[in-house]
Amino acid sequence: MNIHKIAQYLNDLADESVTGHSFDCQPIAGEVDVLQISIVGREELPIFVSVTDDQILCITYLWGESEIVSDKRAEMMETMLEMNMPMPLSSFAKIDDKYAVFGALAISSSLAEIEHELAVLSDNAIDVIDDFSEYLV
Amino acid sequence: MSIFKKIMTAIRGGVTEAGEAIVDANSTRIFEQEIRDAENHLTKAKRDLTDVMAKQMQASREVERIQREIATNEGYASQALEKGDEALALEVAEKVASLETELSAQQAALENFTASVARLKELIKKSERQVADYKRQLSVVKTTDSVHKATAAITDNFVSGNSKLLNAKESLERIKAKQQNFDDRLKASEQLEAESGDASLEAKLKAAGIGDQASSANSVLDRIKAKQK
Repeated sequence: MNIHKIAQYLNDLADESVTGHSFDCQPIAGEVDVLQISIVGREELPIFVSVTDDQILCITYLWGESEIVSDKRAEMMETMLEMNMPMPLSSFAKIDDKYAVFGALAISSSLAEIEHELAVLSDNAIDVIDDFSEYLV
Repeated sequence: MSIFKKIMTAIRGGVTEAGEAIVDANSTRIFEQEIRDAENHLTKAKRDLTDVMAKQMQASREVERIQREIATNEGYASQALEKGDEALALEVAEKVASLETELSAQQAALENFTASVARLKELIKKSERQVADYKRQLSVVKTTDSVHKATAAITDNFVSGNSKLLNAKESLERIKAKQQNFDDRLKASEQLEAESGDASLEAKLKAAGIGDQASSANSVLDRIKAKQK
């Protein structure tokens, strides 16, 4: 599996998608190949996909450290831990000073599974921002 | 120190400048080489195991054969004794004695092989666990490295692309607004569809002569005729 295969699949999907979403893929050049995936209507929350030797990582950034209401930070963290397991397929993460939700798939996953993962991740991200807005400025 | 602790230390240590690797590539390569070596040893150990198991089977067959031969010869010896031929019985007994020596040698060999098989199997299991653990650790290292580099690429892309990551709440509001807009349009088009659908149905009914009919001179005349009867 590599990001080009994923991009090809998602671009070819068009209206055939079983998740009801349309995907727009844009590879980002760098030391590690990253695929930026925008779901139509949700361009503000792109998903970044990278492929390593044994897993496929799908990441959506949520908010930065600066967006958190400072005296609610600890409470937010606790809520994140509590929410981590009920949230289907995705987990919370922190990358540098940004919080994120991500899903990791085995490298042997099918393209349909990846599509499903992306749709769920996007839904999760939107729900999380909605539900966590009390902690955000 | 576990691999997670190492990674945590590296991240906390502020090794987050773009281009500065959290895990140095050289030690990753060394680690990969160690995994390959361990896998080679494993392959060799498995080959050895096959050899030893073959020898074990041979020895076990040999033990059975000698045991059978001893039993047969003991039968011969007692038959000779029954016939009163002590000399022949002694000759057979000597053969049995030499067979027993052979048997104990084969049994010792068999025990040896059995012990080797058990040891090799244990060794293989241990190596397999080790290789799996090394691979898991390498995966942690590589994932950390990959995410680090991916983040750098994403950040660069956003900076150069002149677009910025929006504030989370703003993003959500925009997405919701778009969704609302889409829903509204969908609703509107459904309504439109329903209205035009009704209209066309009425037209069809009328054409088929069902439902409200415009009065015609003929129908009025028919009605009057019906009353006269």
